[in-house]
Amino acid sequence: MTAPLVDVRGLVKHFPGERAFFGLGAAKPAVRAVDGVSFAIREGTTLGLVGESGSGKSTVARTLLRLIEPTAGAVLFDGADVLRLGRTELRALRRKMQIVFQDPYGSLNPRMTVRATLREPIVIHKLAVGDAIAKRVRTLLDEVGLDAQYADAYPHELSGGQRQRVGIARALSVEPRFIVCDEPVSALDVSVQAQVLNLLAELQRRHRLTYLFIAHDLAVVKHIADEVAVMYLGKIVERGPAEALYRAPRHPYTASLLSAVPVPDPAAPSRRIVLQGDVPSPANPPPGCPFHPRCPHPKKNERCRTEPPALVEVAAGQIAACHFAKEPMNTRE
Amino acid sequence: MTEPLLRVRDLKTYFVTEHGSGTARAVDGVSFEVYPGETLGLVGESGCGKTVTSLSILRLIPEPPGHIRPGSFIEFEGRNLLTLAPRELRAIRGNRIAMIFQEPMTSLNPVFTVGDQIAEAAIVHQGLSRRRARERAVEMLKLVGIPDPAERVDHYPHQMSGGMRQRVMIAMALVCHPKLLIADEPTTALDVTIQAQILELLDRLQRDLGMAVMLITHDLGVVAGTADRVVVMYAGEVVEQAATGELFARPLHPYTEGLMASVPRIDTRVSQVRGRLHSIPGQVPAATAWPAGCRFHPRCPYAWDRCRQEAPPPLDAGAGEPGAHTVRCWLVTEPARRSAPA
Repeated sequence: MTAPLVDVRGLVKHFPGERAFFGLGAAKPAVRAVDGVSFAIREGTTLGLVGESGSGKSTVARTLLRLIEPTAGAVLFDGADVLRLGRTELRALRRKMQIVFQDPYGSLNPRMTVRATLREPIVIHKLAVGDAIAKRVRTLLDEVGLDAQYADAYPHELSGGQRQRVGIARALSVEPRFIVCDEPVSALDVSVQAQVLNLLAELQRRHRLTYLFIAHDLAVVKHIADEVAVMYLGKIVERGPAEALYRAPRHPYTASLLSAVPVPDPAAPSRRIVLQGDVPSPANPPPGCPFHPRCPHPKKNERCRTEPPALVEVAAGQIAACHFAKEPMNTRE
Repeated sequence: MTEPLLRVRDLKTYFVTEHGSGTARAVDGVSFEVYPGETLGLVGESGCGKTVTSLSILRLIPEPPGHIRPGSFIEFEGRNLLTLAPRELRAIRGNRIAMIFQEPMTSLNPVFTVGDQIAEAAIVHQGLSRRRARERAVEMLKLVGIPDPAERVDHYPHQMSGGMRQRVMIAMALVCHPKLLIADEPTTALDVTIQAQILELLDRLQRDLGMAVMLITHDLGVVAGTADRVVVMYAGEVVEQAATGELFARPLHPYTEGLMASVPRIDTRVSQVRGRLHSIPGQVPAATAWPAGCRFHPRCPYAWDRCRQEAPPPLDAGAGEPGAHTVRCWLVTEPARRSAPA
């Protein structure tokens, strides 16, 4: 088997705790936003990273692109450790690693036309000169399915779906190999969401792109991911091939998440597992298994409250961090 | 047949746009009923007019720029809400009809405790004393499943999580035991596990209190699991309405059909769903310039000449009683065209 394009090992990001009023008194405990996350993505495939708000999934995205500096860990991109690169090398590498953000309005400069937005990275990375730049912009618009008439439009003149297409075109402008998609369709309506998901799948096929696809919607991830990793309180609690993970989740959190997704079919049997309580604060995670206070597993016991479970292989390529993960949990087929 | 609790007839809510460049016909001739004790799902994408419809019912539309056109009719418990004096209307708002919103943080007042905010409606509408109203607030917090209600009653909204705040919103809305609860995207801002909690709570409260719920959402999954009947809106109009089971089994409007096909589904096998997802081409047109004829025709795979020229009225789809399943689509008159998209 070939080496993965992206290999993340033991990624950690702790944010320092808030200080009390005017910096007096003791600092609050650090927020362990990402706490030892490892995964690998093969070239041309998609890893779906799912979790609820505060699980640390966006922090993973930002640290592995070094938009924020991680506390510890290693990120290998095509064999090079991203976290050890100097400024110049990092800048060159940025060409290969791009990101598409959730909010297509907030992430586009309102004072730049679509053309100017797409030109900028081409000029900065010297990918074309003179007339070739304009030609390249036209090609990009065409690739993302935007009519050439929109080249002179400002972001506020575009719909949400069109803006997201501009965001994707901007990421593509530097011919990257790897794109982090951070909730790229969460802000879009269902019919437009489908258009953008299809576009991302099409571009992946055409350019052999590698995606880290971050989303809170498990149904969306199911449509695009080859592998899925589930995060809870800064840790991956389960990871595996999409097919296996959706069919037979081994971690009770994955099972609960899957069962909580509403199914657009009134005749579907309701087997919803309703979790009690909220996600605890990552500044003060529960001892033992971080999921134990909300865990619906019938066999939950003292061990869960004291001993944190390690990620162990439970089926071919599927790992889960639960003391009972060896036996499958029953959920919706 | 029972009398409807709420009857909306030919509701038209228009907005004058800023540059005077035209009138946005956000809600344009909407009619539907809500029966006592039922859950009506109002479904549609952004800009279809579902929120403006719900705000119009409580006359919460800012005027100007908005105005409800003459000829519109909103009857609740036998009275036309559109002709009531402000005082009479205030006696209904928050009392007989209550509303909860999508964003629980911005709809709660950050400088008052949640207890004060829940108690306010009880003091205003039911004339309870402060002490009694506070007790009532604690009871309500307990009813919506907030742990340690006696302590939580003195907390401020920022001290609570998103799910808790939405519970507080529900407690506020239900303090006067309304007959109708309008819930506008009540779970959209919440995580899926918290959404499951809130939907379960709403379901339990509706059964215990015997109220009707008008659930506004863009999520067909949420509707399928909770609504008795569904109204689908597109471009300011009701394009289809039917009982939930009937609608999902037999979506007749091409928009409903397309919407259902474009929802990514969790209950299918990965091997079946990889690859292309159905999508509706184009986007929702602007409310200042709805297309002529059928408003969906530019995006419709079946459209023919008639659709471009003539706007279809709500047509009976012929299942069950008249009006049980209506569709604003000419395909009803020429069903053969469905098998051969243009």
